Amino acid sequence: MAAPLLQMKDLKTYFFTDDGVVKAVDNVSYEVQAGEIVGLVGESGCGKTVSALSILRLIPNPPGKIIAGEIIFEGEDLLKTDDEEIRSIRGHRIAMIFQEPMTSLNPVLTIGRQITESLELHLKMDRSAATRRAVELMEMVGIPESAARIHDYPHQFSGGMRQRVMIAMALSCNPKLLLADEPTTALDVTIQAQILELLTKLTRDLGTAVIIITHNLGVVARYADRVYVMYAGKIVETAPARELYGNPRHPYTLGLLKSVPRLDQVRKDRLEPIEGFPPDLIHMPEGCYFRPRCKFAVDRCQQESPPLQVVSSIHQSACWEWPRVVAGAKTPAPA
Amino acid sequence: MATQDIAASTTGRLNNVLLEVHDLKMYFPVTTGVIFQRKVADVKAVDNVSFFIRQGETLGLVGESGCGKTTVGRCVLMLYQPTAGDILFEGQHLTTMRGRDIRRMRRRMQVIFQDPYASLNPRMTVGSIIGEPIVIHNLAPNRRERKEKVQELMRIVGLNPYYANRYPHEFSGGQRQRIGIARALAVEPTFIVCDEPISALDVSIQAQIINLLEELQREFHLTYLFIAHDLSVVRHISDRVAVMYLGKLMELADRIELYENPLHPYTKALLSAIPIPDPAVEATRERIILVGDVPSPMHPPPGCVFQTRCPIASDAHGCRTVIPEWRNVGVGGKEHWVACHRV
Repeated sequence: MAAPLLQMKDLKTYFFTDDGVVKAVDNVSYEVQAGEIVGLVGESGCGKTVSALSILRLIPNPPGKIIAGEIIFEGEDLLKTDDEEIRSIRGHRIAMIFQEPMTSLNPVLTIGRQITESLELHLKMDRSAATRRAVELMEMVGIPESAARIHDYPHQFSGGMRQRVMIAMALSCNPKLLLADEPTTALDVTIQAQILELLTKLTRDLGTAVIIITHNLGVVARYADRVYVMYAGKIVETAPARELYGNPRHPYTLGLLKSVPRLDQVRKDRLEPIEGFPPDLIHMPEGCYFRPRCKFAVDRCQQESPPLQVVSSIHQSACWEWPRVVAGAKTPAPA
Repeated sequence: MATQDIAASTTGRLNNVLLEVHDLKMYFPVTTGVIFQRKVADVKAVDNVSFFIRQGETLGLVGESGCGKTTVGRCVLMLYQPTAGDILFEGQHLTTMRGRDIRRMRRRMQVIFQDPYASLNPRMTVGSIIGEPIVIHNLAPNRRERKEKVQELMRIVGLNPYYANRYPHEFSGGQRQRIGIARALAVEPTFIVCDEPISALDVSIQAQIINLLEELQREFHLTYLFIAHDLSVVRHISDRVAVMYLGKLMELADRIELYENPLHPYTKALLSAIPIPDPAVEATRERIILVGDVPSPMHPPPGCVFQTRCPIASDAHGCRTVIPEWRNVGVGGKEHWVACHRV
C-alpha cells in the first residue's frame, strides 16, 4: 500500500483549564489513504473535533495545546511547519466543513466574495477568473441561478443551501483532504440526505479523501469506507465499515450499535442502553476509561488502560477482553 | 368530511379516546411597523390538523424543523390559543376554557421539553424544581410530605434523592432530562407531550431515557404525544405515527402499517433518507432524494403543500391546484389516514 495521505501518530492535544487538564485527544493515531472516506465516530466531548482541528493547527492557545505527536500529511509533519506554511495548506490542500452553516459563513460578505477569497489567495486567480470559477462551483453544488446568487448574502440562503456553499468553498481549491465536522447535524433529514449524497459524489469524482466526523452511526454506515470509534479522547476501535458493524469487538461500539433503534428492525421490547454516562474529562477513571460503564470489565481493566489490540489484519480494538465481545452475545459470560 | 369521520369514529367504536383534535389551525401574524403595527401575512404553522390519541397509547408526531409539530404540541396543552379548531380532552372542550379551568386541566397534561439545559431554572435546586408543581397545584398538605414526594419522584426517574439540594448545572444532560421528567410526573398527569425529549442527548444516553419513558408509561398508564424528527426512535416508541409537513398532516397510521406500507410520497422519502447503521443493509437500499427546500410557511404552495418537492406530483391529478383531502384509506377496518391525490 502506498504511504497514507495523512498519518496522525500519538497525538496529544490537552486543554489547560482552571479546573485541571482536559486530555481532549490522548495518544490518538489514525491514517487516511488518498481518496478514502474515513468515519470518525463518537459522542460529544470524545475529542473527534479537536483531533481534526489539530490537523489544521486551529486549537485555541491558550488554553489548548498540542503537546506531543506527529501529523504527517503528504510526507510533511504539519506540527513542524511555520505559521505561513500552515496557512497555505488550510483551505488549499486540506479544507474543512463545519457543523453550523449559519455561523461559519461571514454574514457581511457576499457568498461570491467568500468563495473567491480562497481562489485568489491560494490559486492566485484574478478577480474575474475567480468569479467565473465561483459560479461554476456553485453550479457544481447545485445552487440554482448561481450567476445571480453569487451577489447574495448568507442570510438569503437556507440552511441546506448554506451547507452547499460551504462545500463549494471547501472544494474550490481541489483539496487532497476534506475534514467534514458533523456536516449535516444541523440540517433536516431530507436535506441531510441531499447534502451527504452531494458531498460523497463530488469528493469521489475529484478523488478527495474525506474524514466525516459524526455521532450518527447511520451516516458512517452509509458513506464511510473505514471507521474509527473514539471515546474519552482515545481511539477504541477501528476497522473497515462492514467489519466494524458486522463484528464489533469493543464493548462501547457494541453498546452503541445495540442502543439505537433501527428503522429496518421490528421493535424490540426494550432498548439496551449503555448504562452510566461519559466520564468527566478532568477526572478520568484509572485503567480503561470505559470500564465504569462496561459489562465485560475484569480486574485487569481497572489497573491497565488497554492499547489497541490486533483483532485481525484490518481490525483493532482497545479492549483486553475483545475475544469475549461478540455481537450476538446477549449477556456476557461472567469474568 | 374528515372531521365528521373522526367524530363518528371517536364517539362510536373508539370510546377510549383521550384527546381529540379537530381542524386545528394556528396562525401567527407577521406584522410590520413599530408603532402602527399592521398585519401583513400569516405564518400558517398548523393548518387544519385533525387526529386523536387513545388512552394509554403513544402517538408519534414526526416532521422536519418548522413543520409545526411543536406548535401542535403546544396547542394541545393550550399554551397557545389556537386560531381555529377544537381540542377535546376526555370529552371536554379545551379551546373554550379559561383561567382556572385550564389550570385545573393542566394538572392532567404535562410536557417534557427538548432542551434539558434551557428548561430548568438554573437558580432553583432540583428539589424545588420538582416540588414547584406540587406547590402550585396544592398536592401536599405540608412541607414534609412535599419533600417525601420529591424524593419518591427522584427515585422513580432514577436519580439519587440525596441530590435534591443540588442545582441543574451539576447534572449531565441525561440526568437533567430525568429531572424534567420528574417535574412532569409530579402532578400525576395522564397525558404527557414529549417534545423531542432525547434529541439533545448523547447517543449512548438516548436509549436510557427512552426506556425510562416506556417504563413510566406502563407503570402509571400514561398517554404520550411523542414529537420527534428521528423516525427510528419514533418507530420504537410509538403505537401510531403521524407525519407532518409544512403545517399539515400527510399521513397517519399504525406504526407497523406506516413503516411497512407508507403511502404518501413524503413519508417514503423521509424513511429512505434515514441511514441505517449497517453498511451491508445500506449497500442494497434505494434512496429517494428530495429536491429543493421546504417552502416558507408564510407562502405555502397552492394545492398540496408537498407538490414543490414531490416526485410524483402531476397537474392531471390536481396536485398543484387542489388541496388533497385528509381521508382514511385503510382496508378491513384498519385506519390509515393520508392526504395525497395520488394514493
